[in-house]
Amino acid sequence: MTPFRTPAGGRIDRGKPIRFTFDGMAYTGQAGDTLASALLANGVHLVGRSFKYHRPRGIVAAGAEEPNALVTVDRGGGREVPNLRATQVEIYEGLTAISQNRWPSLKRDLGAVNDLLSPLFPAGFYYKTFKWPRSFWAKVYEPAIRRSAGLGRAPKAPDPDRYAQLYAHCDVLVIGGGPTGIAAALAAAEAGARVILCDEQPEFGGSLLHDPGATIDGKAATEWIAESLAALGRRDAVVLPRTTGFGYFAHNFVGLAERITDHLAAPGARQPRERLWQVRAKEVVLAAGAIERPLAFPQNDRPGIMLAEAARTYLNRYGVRPGTRAVVITDGDSAYRAALDLAAAGIAIAAIADTRAAPPGPLVDAARAAGIVVHPATTIIGTEGRRRVHSARLAPVGGGPEDHVSCDLILMSGGWTPAVHLFSQSRGKLRYDEALGAFVPGTSAQRERSAGGCRGTYELDACIGEGHAAGREAAAAARRSPAVSATVSGDAPAAPLPGGERSSQPGDAERGRDVAGEGALPRRKIPKRAFVDFQNDVTVKDLALALREGFRSIEHVKRYTTTGMATDQGKTSNMTALEFVATSLGKAVPAVGTTTFRQPYTPVTFGVIAGAARGDLFEPVRRTPIHSWAAENGAVFEDVGLWKRAWYFPKAGEDMHEAVARECRAVREGAGIFDASTLGKIEVVGPDAAEFMNRLYTNAWTKLEPGRCRYGLMLTEAGFIMDDGVVGRLAPDRFHVTTTTGGAPRVLHHMEDYLQTEFPDLKVWLTSTTEQWAVIAVQGPKARDVIVSLVDGIDIARDAMPHMSVRLGKVAGVPARLFRVSFTGELGFEINVPARHGRAVWEAVHAAGQAHGIAPYGTETMHVLRAEKGYIIVGQESDGTVIPADLGLDGMIGKTKPDFVGKRSLARPDMQLADRKQLVGLLATDPKVTLEEGAQVVEDPNAPVPMRMLGHVTSSYASAALGRSIALALVSGGRARKGMKLFVPALDGTAQEATVTDPVFYDPEGKRLDG
Amino acid sequence: MAELVTITTLPPATRFVVRGGEAAIPLIGRAFGVALPRDACRAASVPPRAALWLGPDEWLLLAPDGDGERIASEIGAALTGAPASVVDISDRQVALSVGGPRAATVVNAFNPLDLHPEAFPVGMCTRTVFAKAEIVLWRTAADGFRIEVWRSFAPYVEGLLREAAEEYA
Repeated sequence: MTPFRTPAGGRIDRGKPIRFTFDGMAYTGQAGDTLASALLANGVHLVGRSFKYHRPRGIVAAGAEEPNALVTVDRGGGREVPNLRATQVEIYEGLTAISQNRWPSLKRDLGAVNDLLSPLFPAGFYYKTFKWPRSFWAKVYEPAIRRSAGLGRAPKAPDPDRYAQLYAHCDVLVIGGGPTGIAAALAAAEAGARVILCDEQPEFGGSLLHDPGATIDGKAATEWIAESLAALGRRDAVVLPRTTGFGYFAHNFVGLAERITDHLAAPGARQPRERLWQVRAKEVVLAAGAIERPLAFPQNDRPGIMLAEAARTYLNRYGVRPGTRAVVITDGDSAYRAALDLAAAGIAIAAIADTRAAPPGPLVDAARAAGIVVHPATTIIGTEGRRRVHSARLAPVGGGPEDHVSCDLILMSGGWTPAVHLFSQSRGKLRYDEALGAFVPGTSAQRERSAGGCRGTYELDACIGEGHAAGREAAAAARRSPAVSATVSGDAPAAPLPGGERSSQPGDAERGRDVAGEGALPRRKIPKRAFVDFQNDVTVKDLALALREGFRSIEHVKRYTTTGMATDQGKTSNMTALEFVATSLGKAVPAVGTTTFRQPYTPVTFGVIAGAARGDLFEPVRRTPIHSWAAENGAVFEDVGLWKRAWYFPKAGEDMHEAVARECRAVREGAGIFDASTLGKIEVVGPDAAEFMNRLYTNAWTKLEPGRCRYGLMLTEAGFIMDDGVVGRLAPDRFHVTTTTGGAPRVLHHMEDYLQTEFPDLKVWLTSTTEQWAVIAVQGPKARDVIVSLVDGIDIARDAMPHMSVRLGKVAGVPARLFRVSFTGELGFEINVPARHGRAVWEAVHAAGQAHGIAPYGTETMHVLRAEKGYIIVGQESDGTVIPADLGLDGMIGKTKPDFVGKRSLARPDMQLADRKQLVGLLATDPKVTLEEGAQVVEDPNAPVPMRMLGHVTSSYASAALGRSIALALVSGGRARKGMKLFVPALDGTAQEATVTDPVFYDPEGKRLDG
Repeated sequence: MAELVTITTLPPATRFVVRGGEAAIPLIGRAFGVALPRDACRAASVPPRAALWLGPDEWLLLAPDGDGERIASEIGAALTGAPASVVDISDRQVALSVGGPRAATVVNAFNPLDLHPEAFPVGMCTRTVFAKAEIVLWRTAADGFRIEVWRSFAPYVEGLLREAAEEYA
């Protein structure tokens, strides 16, 4: 045990030494220590260098608000976490912690030259200095600034840990496990509510853990905590230690980050490192406590200067003496408690400087009675000591003789700031409490209530009372609430708490505080090196400069000086800054305003947000029933939406171009087999099915006979092409509708939407069958020869089963819907079989096709073949602004139909213009050149820029059948330009000449379909 | 020690989506042998068959594999004059079962519903989400769920379930 440990007491396990390293130095702490308490127990106060000036910095706080002691913890193997607060890092055997923002070492940091040059770095320095030349910002200034200023390094290796996520529901979520939160959780659970209680610390109890004398209901605090937690367990409450409520979102949706293994020396391999709790709570009780404020006296940032309550925490909870001789500076009463505890532990209290003129109250009397010198109306006007404070200079607040006091510890207390972060995140409106000198929860926006320290109540009994009341009321409100998503909106007041309107109560420890913060700032002049925001190195002088330069809103002052913008979001600095600005401007604090609190309360890892959504589980990867065959047979796949589709099937030595050319030839000359399973399919059934189809598609369906198919075109209400596909009529009341692969869910929703909202009278119902059917397309002049031996119960002869027909029967012994359709321009069939049989039927067809030279082909060949025929692909030849006439599909419009979705829009004048972009073919003058898809089409590539764009290339391929390149394009007034030469400029400044043609390049009469 | 979570792919099954007007609902139930539940999000079962309420006019029928043709013809015969849609989707989806004391926890890893027994009792079913996939979730026992998921999403859903179950293995 080190000499800095007290002989007894505290919550640490003195029988369990824990070894760890900090910057390579080996130290020993005790089980139950944080890194901060363990370092202090080893006499280490210097733990970091400041952000901008690289000033030596020590531990200021004992909790989440710590601005200085940011460290990197490295577990090896990519488990490297920067910017952790040493006050929240639990030590474990072998912990490796490293200080940040220093080079080459913490004690000798070359960056400290910035401190000497500090007059050169005033507020707004970056804005003023790095404005010119503009091009220098990205390449010179920013990288240099990022190197020299800053925090820890982001790890570069992939994170090897597992992160879990969980949705949870409860009646009452209590955030904060101090006395208030425990009381609230207990009251709610006893009222029968489903309760979740969380606290960011490993142990429940909050302030009670460093208040060993406290009693509740006549019991020692620790006993009360243990009994309460046991009672919560009996009532099935979910009690979560090491769990930070970091974000309060809409409809009482609260994010909690649970740290599961970070405190363990050897976590189990299956254990997640952290868990994201996504809680939907009917009611929330915020019991987040309060944060002590530093005071902005000159040189208030030396190691050895800490918050008074933090010192008390280190002493009472961790058994650590943070110094041997302390000076206390305060503008309130609570620091006296710390002074008394430290004095009782044998730490000399050299003096208490109280900025109040006549500090009143029993604690002050107690201090005097204990022989502690109390100097009223006194402040600190300077400190000395480079890596550890060694003296303080005291002087009267109004000016006067200085008193030089030697010390190795300065305790500061500028009062308390209720932790209203989550309340503010919930969009609740804050109210400024003059007597407290703090913002407290005002008007609620959601179903929550604050209790205890986070609403400015600091006395233990009052906190317990408020906690109980809040828990009880929350449970009652949750019972009344039928739905968890209900939100109290507008200006409805928060549920009342006993005692009515709350502010500081008489008898509060903070009674008699001067107007907050004022006392610590000598009025005569702006103090030097008086830090307001330790983490971002913002001083009182910086704030003064911002005000001199005309900034008035706290939002502007904040952004100009960066105060409150560090990773701690100004937990210890915001109120000090605000009060200085208000005082300087002669305004009331609420008139200056406060900044918005944002999620997260403390930083959370990317891992806990991402959870399992990475690698293979990042999103669904959809594979067809035939995928495995394609993979085994060398297919290269492409992503189409979430689907993996076989792109092409290269043979040994073939590149993509050669493979696609071979596949195209196989289809044109013999037969090809293609996996079309991803096509969307919808079964439309009911006596009004044909009428429904009439209304949703542009063309007419009433006369389509069962057993026949028709190509359907679907428009949006605005008249633009939305989707297309072949539709087979299986029976008078049953249609088998196909959609594009990507359009399937959209089309089903569109149909269902119309059915439910516009046509509820129609007796017709929709069912998605996309994944019911595996679809095997057999295309080519020999397609019939390939499948004839496999088909059972269907006459597939040329005239018995014409182009665009559908039959039910068996293929390869499996019940099938057999379509005679073609997207290649060749004779073709599409065999639909139940998905589980997809691969077997595919293999049977493939085997039967061997005699006919059948080749499996992929989506690329499919694209080339359909482009040769001028068949469009929705989303490629259309882009949401294209109407049927633009693509030459006027014939698809059912002229005699009274109505269909989009019909009225087609009559708008804009849809009739002659210069609309129309689908045409483009043949490059150089047949070996394949035009760039997406490239613009212009009349004269040498015209001055910006030249007029006529349209763009929509599809472009090398065509094996035609022995040259082909392209489709949308060109303004394109059909009237047939035969004209246009140009397609490339990014390199060259332009390709091309001739406008008809978009059908191959077999324009369509004779091959009848094969 | 009994396992905390078990995840199993269930054998193939016969599945129909039936949708229809008021007149058809009792006829379908009678022909199928399980009355179609009229309460929202409730399943009715007469083992080995079950009918799950998915919407005011939509049910998912489950039966052993191989019963499809008979069910289709029996329902078809019962439906004379009562318009309805009966579509065989036996192969559209597959089923997973999640069982054990931590089953609800594992499902809740990626499903946002309240699965407390009071909020989601045995016999409750609903179409819902599981991370980025759509599923039908049916509580078949206090600690047992059946998940119906479209075939191509099944590996994703099963992968996530196994990932969530890892810490209880």
